[in-house]
Amino acid sequence: MEECLNARSGAELANSIAARAGVKLHECYQCGKCTAGCPMAHAMDLMPRQLVRYMQLGRMEEILGSKSVWLCASCHTCVERCPHSIDIPSLMELSRQAAKARGRVGVKTVDMFSGIFMQNVKMFGKSHEALMEGVYNVTTGRFMQDMENVPHMLKNKMVGIEPHTTNNPEEIKALIERALEMGGEDA
Amino acid sequence: MKRCYYFPGCSMAATGKGYQQSIDAVARKIGLELVAIPDWNCCGATAAHTMNERMALALPARNLARAEQDGGGMEIAVACAACYSRMQYARQAVLSSPEKRAEIEAIIDMPCSGSNPVISFLELFSRPELMEAVQAKLTKNLNGLKVACYYGCLTSRPSAIARPDDPENPMQMDRIVALTGAEPVAWDFKTECCGASHQVDAPKAAQPLIHRILTNAREHGADCIVTACPLCALNLDMRQSKIMETFGGDYALPVYQFTELLALCMGVHPRDFGLHTHFTPAVGLMRNALKKGGDQA
Ligand code: SF4
Ligand code: SF4
Repeated sequence: MEECLNARSGAELANSIAARAGVKLHECYQCGKCTAGCPMAHAMDLMPRQLVRYMQLGRMEEILGSKSVWLCASCHTCVERCPHSIDIPSLMELSRQAAKARGRVGVKTVDMFSGIFMQNVKMFGKSHEALMEGVYNVTTGRFMQDMENVPHMLKNKMVGIEPHTTNNPEEIKALIERALEMGGEDA
Repeated sequence: MKRCYYFPGCSMAATGKGYQQSIDAVARKIGLELVAIPDWNCCGATAAHTMNERMALALPARNLARAEQDGGGMEIAVACAACYSRMQYARQAVLSSPEKRAEIEAIIDMPCSGSNPVISFLELFSRPELMEAVQAKLTKNLNGLKVACYYGCLTSRPSAIARPDDPENPMQMDRIVALTGAEPVAWDFKTECCGASHQVDAPKAAQPLIHRILTNAREHGADCIVTACPLCALNLDMRQSKIMETFGGDYALPVYQFTELLALCMGVHPRDFGLHTHFTPAVGLMRNALKKGGDQA
């Protein structure tokens, strides 16, 4: 269900994302400090500085279709160093949610992993590294990823067999559902 | 001596097991009483806030609420960088406005006032009284061992949330580790990102991050890396041999938790905190370093 954003709807979305991130887009003067320090820049198709520029121009199409919004590691190096403290990780995150709401997923594996992680928490109240990675490998078809480490984990009992849950996992499940029902987060 | 709430986080039952054991050993030695938050739940880590902000605040807020139930206002010490960050975010959200607090309370179905301060393990251990208590229990030293203290992202940034001593050049871990006689090296990537979960879901893009950190530590003369987070350690330790294979590099940098170095110098047997279970062999370097330093007492 891809939906094209025109100049007006693009600008509206950009402004609403910026407002929710507490960012004044006009404050960015394109100095590039954010991109210079970004550890994921080498893999991005839209640099952090460009993301802000495109938002200033209301060009959300390019942003929603980018890999960058999925690859941002939320490390906060950019906002820490930005002369105007422009919260790029929040812009990235809200853009990612807006992309997802429109059925656009630039890096599918990233989306799958978050989904599996939260499914896990919803079931047990706690997360299980090994189980998560197993489900992830099956879901993505990357069966062998990280498997070389499994014998070591088993030998040293790093893979828990004992149940590792909260007292009442239903409570956490209900909590998550209440939070999601409130919605309003994804534009 | 000191009593505080403790939030271990999910990794401590799995790959962080050794970290947990070293924490327990050190706490026992110095009389630090760590009270696990009753019936704690997962903080949601990065996954929750990439999906939904309310969920990302509510999950850790429930832990704050559980800790508040005894009304003592006791500090909550957090041993994982990601959990620490999420708990701080939740507390600051609860304190930010009555509306935000009411919204979070409605989701967790419990009162939550943010009465209990949240601190990182590095903050806890770098306080003068804890430093002194540690110092008093050290019977061995690691004189001459060169260590690269790796803080990663979330104990340093965003600084308004994490409240590090210095977001670009934090020194808390350096000071703690120096108690053992080990020499923290000055290097560039103390707070560089390890890629976190992108090592799983976007490995091609994220692997260079680990490679850069290891290379920089090595170039600045470090014999090993020291961290204060189970996930940072996992990424730098478990993935190291694969990274060396992919990018070329014929060295190995063992990765320790700062509490492992303290435990070792307090005379705790390395088996008791699984030093032999590291992915990158970690026993040999310590054996040599301890020998070189000799006994202090
Ligand atoms: S560092 Fe800040 S002002 Fe400079 S380009 Fe990046 S977002 Fe704009
Ligand atoms: S928060 Fe995202 S955009 Fe900013 S430096 Fe980190 S990875 Fe790059």
